[in-house]
Amino acid sequence: MAATEIARQAGEGARAVPLAGHVGFDSMPDQLVNKSVNHGFCFNILCVGETGLGKSTLMDTLFNTKFEGEPTQHNQPGVQLKSNTYELQESNVRLKLTVVNTVGFGDQINKEDSYKSIVEFIDTQFEAYLQEELKIKRTLHSYHDTRIHACLYFIAPTGHSLKSLDLVTMKKLDSKVNIIPIIAKSDAISKSELTKFKIKITSELVSNGVQIYQFPTDDETVAEINSTMNGHLPFAVVGSTEEVKIGNKMVKARQYPWGTVQVENESHCDFVKLREMLIRVNMEDLREQTHTRHYELYRRCKLEEMGFKDTDPDCKPFSLQETYEAKRNEFMGDLQKKEEEMRQMFVQRVKEKEAELKEAEKELHEKFDRLKKLHQDEKKKLEDKKKSLDDELNGFKQKKTAAELLQSQAQQAGGSTTLKRDKERKN
Amino acid sequence: MIERPESAVASIAQRNLEGYVGFANLPNQVYRKSVKRGFEFTLMVVGESGLGKSTLINSLFLTDLYSKDYPGPSLRIKKTVQVEQSKVLVKEGGVQLTLTIVDTPGFGDAVDNSNCWQPVINYIDSKCEDFLNAESRVNRRLMPDNRVHCCLYFIAPSGHGLKPLDVEFMKRLHDKVNVIPLIAKADTLTPEECQLFKKQIMKEIQEHKIQIYEFPDTEDDEDSKLIRKIKEQMPLAVVGSNVVIEVNGKKVRGRQYPWGVAEVENGEHCDFTVLRNMLIRTHMQDLKDVTNNVHYENYRSRKLAAVTCNGGVDTSKTKNQMTRSPLAQMEEERREHVMKMKKMETEMEQVFEMKVKEKKQKLKDSEAELERRHEQMKKNLEAQYKELEEKKRHHEEEKSNWEAQQRILEQQKLEASKTMEKNKKKGKIF
Repeated sequence: MAATEIARQAGEGARAVPLAGHVGFDSMPDQLVNKSVNHGFCFNILCVGETGLGKSTLMDTLFNTKFEGEPTQHNQPGVQLKSNTYELQESNVRLKLTVVNTVGFGDQINKEDSYKSIVEFIDTQFEAYLQEELKIKRTLHSYHDTRIHACLYFIAPTGHSLKSLDLVTMKKLDSKVNIIPIIAKSDAISKSELTKFKIKITSELVSNGVQIYQFPTDDETVAEINSTMNGHLPFAVVGSTEEVKIGNKMVKARQYPWGTVQVENESHCDFVKLREMLIRVNMEDLREQTHTRHYELYRRCKLEEMGFKDTDPDCKPFSLQETYEAKRNEFMGDLQKKEEEMRQMFVQRVKEKEAELKEAEKELHEKFDRLKKLHQDEKKKLEDKKKSLDDELNGFKQKKTAAELLQSQAQQAGGSTTLKRDKERKN
Repeated sequence: MIERPESAVASIAQRNLEGYVGFANLPNQVYRKSVKRGFEFTLMVVGESGLGKSTLINSLFLTDLYSKDYPGPSLRIKKTVQVEQSKVLVKEGGVQLTLTIVDTPGFGDAVDNSNCWQPVINYIDSKCEDFLNAESRVNRRLMPDNRVHCCLYFIAPSGHGLKPLDVEFMKRLHDKVNVIPLIAKADTLTPEECQLFKKQIMKEIQEHKIQIYEFPDTEDDEDSKLIRKIKEQMPLAVVGSNVVIEVNGKKVRGRQYPWGVAEVENGEHCDFTVLRNMLIRTHMQDLKDVTNNVHYENYRSRKLAAVTCNGGVDTSKTKNQMTRSPLAQMEEERREHVMKMKKMETEMEQVFEMKVKEKKQKLKDSEAELERRHEQMKKNLEAQYKELEEKKRHHEEEKSNWEAQQRILEQQKLEASKTMEKNKKKGKIF
């Protein structure tokens, strides 16, 4: 949808002038319609409900065809969303229909996180559209819109009230998608029980503040039928792709021993109402609401999250350029700061390590000095010992020499004494 | 040629319907909603004064856009080119149309007309900018579409060809707005002159590669035939009139001459009906769509590229950037930066570790060296000690030997002297 189709007030500041004849611009709606038909339409439905409530069958019945899928087992570990896209054509209108099914919803023992994957899925589609819308070179005209336009919420036909899982899930979804609650497999409920059930459900939704989709009543052509239908919500439906012969016609029905439930019989169930509202009357409005309300809300939240504002602190409106530049500067500043921080951290570490190593070096030097000193002491001791030994040796030598000298002297003296004696003798 | 965006149809499962579903009613829903919303259209007329622009507008919309109370721009004398807009609301058959007529008085009237197209370009760009800003707000509500959807360019009926100003203007504006050239005051040309003139103009338009508004091809054969016929008649030669004259009992709009009446809505007299049908009855929506999907998108991508790419980026990167939104662009840059930082960090880390290892190794080596030397010196000292001990021991031995010897000698001496004494005493010695 072009962005120009967002709510516009026609004729603001314009003066009305009469026409003197037939100009021909009353063909504008036709021109627009022709273009849309040529372009093709697109619609995405999300079916949320417990396994076995007849979601796939209802889709098949609504669109009179067989969609894909086999009945799922109850042992799924979590809630998954399976989406399938189909091309349908009716007269000259081409419709690209996407049916998204929740697989495994309500099967787990702990269902606290059941709604999360659904919300995530819806948000992902919004995000994809937002990204496309924000691209520099974009092709919105040919973009395949995957945003969910309608969410059919299947309520189990207990006959009492809504389950807490239902309330929790619907509360989480009501601001993201158009919710249309329906009572599934309603052929299990009797008429009187059904009325009470519907009243109970409606009151529970109101008291919990769940906003379901209201059929629009602002266009006079459809206001009446829409407001009547609003009173019949939630629709009690029965789906069937099997045909049974009633009278002389083949109709879609479910055959029981006690009777046949005709799908398209308005006194049997609200199937026809659902089809009427969902497809024939309000399909376009569902698409518009998704785009102008739910998507805009998502977009606004996302942009605000990223820090975009419409006005600066002085309440002057930002131009696009300013916004982007401001963002960019902020972003660049951020990056630079991070870089600085990292550098600082490194400088710090280097300093610390250097100090450590210096310490180690110092210790080593000290050790070296100590050993040196030790060694010198030892050396000195050795020198001393050597010296004393040398002294001793010298002393001894002297003694020895002295003694030998004495001896020789003594001998000489002894010899001279003998000589003396001999001399005396001779005399 | 101006590109038209193609609708992408992916390969998706087909399904046949076995009964009436009802979405064939979608077009009616769309119809209903569009009528309720109302329509908008902005038409710009450009041409020299006196070419009958205001008259043509009045004829086209069968109203007096410019009247006594709202005089048209041509009645006011202008020194420079102005761009003026008038907004009117018209209703027909339940359909409401807000029509904005943008006039450019003073265009081409000066002696020096250089840059007289600039105010026009500025106006068109400013409307696109308004739309872009409105579209980019966080809170989007009313987004009035004031973009110029169509520009009727009036060519003076000289009969020769385009003037340089015509060429220059169309060249500058053909990629910003849908340009539809018209031959004004066509009742001054005979049919043959008109034909020649048209051919000449189209030739020159092609020569200068001017892209005027092109009618889209349709699948319908009949429509295609009509469109081809219209294409052959381009540029359309028009006559406008505010005056109703009676011709053959019929009241028609026309211009009365002494030699006859030139009827505005007579297809043999001029192409006015073709223009009106094309502009209003069949292609008004397409003009809006082309403006939105082609001209506006061009403006937008140029504007955003200028904002985010900050000039001076190499072209290989720019191409890639175009497919992303500016925000995704920043995300990408952020990621790149983070990677760069990580790399830098690991590098610095590596260098750091290496240096530390080196230093530690050096220290270790010094320590080992020190230990070694210390050991060596210790050994050395020990050896010397041992030597010394040996020497000492040797000396001690020698000493004790000698001392023993001396003692023996002493002993002998003592005994010898003792014997001598004895002999002396004995009188052996006299």
